Amino acid sequence: MLTKRIVPCLDIKNGRTVKGVNFVDLRDAGDPVVLAKQYADLGADELVFLDIAATIENRRTMHDMVLKVAEQVNIPFTVGGGISSLEDVDDLLHCGADKVSINSSAVKRPELINELSQKFGSQCVVVAIDAKQVDGEWLVHLAGGTIPTDISLFDWAKEVEERGAGEILFTSMNHDGTKGGFANEALAHLSELVNIPIIASGGAGTIQHFVDTFKEGKADAALAASVFHFGEIPILELKEELKQQGIPVRL
Amino acid sequence: MKSEKQNQHKSKSSSPLGKLEGASSLVIINYGAGNIKSIQFAFKRLGVEAVLSNNPDEIIASDKVIFPGVGEASSAMKMLNESGLDQLIPTLKQPVLGICLGMQLMCNHTEEGDTKGLGIFNAEVKRFSNKVKVPQMGWNTISNLKSDLFKDIKDNEFMYLVHSYYAENCDESIATSNYELEYASALENDNFYGVQFHPEKSGKAGEQILQNFLNL
Repeated sequence: MLTKRIVPCLDIKNGRTVKGVNFVDLRDAGDPVVLAKQYADLGADELVFLDIAATIENRRTMHDMVLKVAEQVNIPFTVGGGISSLEDVDDLLHCGADKVSINSSAVKRPELINELSQKFGSQCVVVAIDAKQVDGEWLVHLAGGTIPTDISLFDWAKEVEERGAGEILFTSMNHDGTKGGFANEALAHLSELVNIPIIASGGAGTIQHFVDTFKEGKADAALAASVFHFGEIPILELKEELKQQGIPVRL
Repeated sequence: MKSEKQNQHKSKSSSPLGKLEGASSLVIINYGAGNIKSIQFAFKRLGVEAVLSNNPDEIIASDKVIFPGVGEASSAMKMLNESGLDQLIPTLKQPVLGICLGMQLMCNHTEEGDTKGLGIFNAEVKRFSNKVKVPQMGWNTISNLKSDLFKDIKDNEFMYLVHSYYAENCDESIATSNYELEYASALENDNFYGVQFHPEKSGKAGEQILQNFLNL
């Protein structure tokens, strides 16, 4: 049986993890490779690396990091941040990334999704969507959620699927950082609307939130950062509880 | 493929860690399809330097061959046709392991792009229906294991899979998985092996399968 995935997300700046990470027994908590290995050993199903300061100058640094992760980590990982061309994707896949995630660049030029899925296959194209509920309507936001658009989350999700996205990473700006739970209503609607996997993101605070997003939100995977980085929710404990609650996980 | 050319050097006759007992070389067929780097790195973690090559002489001379593949079937097959590798691969005598699309292309035919395969496995490759999310993406179990490829692998072990098409369960199945239906997640015919999952991305159990392949 296909299991639900638990996905820690690491924010990267100049090849280093940004947010403070409070793991036990880590010599260098700022080294994404060390962290990635640790997460793989602890039972994470996949990893996401988000280059939050993606510039042309530091692209080389990101490539070096991806190469090192691919060399040492034996679970799949996605790289996102500042990706806007076929060449960017080609480089990252050649460094060993399994998937890439595109966001603003896809909204600006939706054909990019078609081009990437035709050239590299849908399986490696994740479209990240940041959306915020404004007056009851879910609207897509750009540039890390700072720039609003008038595009509906659900219309956009349908379109990215038709253009060949292999997966959608949906972050609710209303829930992100609140630790109050995932946007399960919107997630469930998304899951019914499209026939590709959905990764839930934004709002993880407790183990029950993960249970809810898999049960009520019908998510295929759940992504979180701080609750994992600060050891608030140990991944093994989380997965054991999910299993107890009848949710299929890899243990 | 500029970056990979640099890696097309001869492998050492034995691995630095000596894990590849009695074998002297491992070639990953490089025909432009797939995440070859991850496979190469996985073998490196096992102490084995894999050579990337599309050179027929080098492929024939190697002790073990990996046939990778990610992407779309008809364009991958076109690349094999153009390089003549479609003729070469079925004639190989050493153990050959097809991974993901590589395994699917070793079957008779795939619905993806209505593509004729290499005919090594007597199996049809079909698309999952829209009753399930497509692609299947994530960790699923493998069961009904029956091959030396799965030595020390427990039944219902988890493997990482990403695919929209599946090989039908058949006589040559050496592992099955369930997604919408029971399908062949691994196949074996003589010296040819195929796995739908990605052992190079499936944690320690995946690495064990790669080690088992080296030990064949």
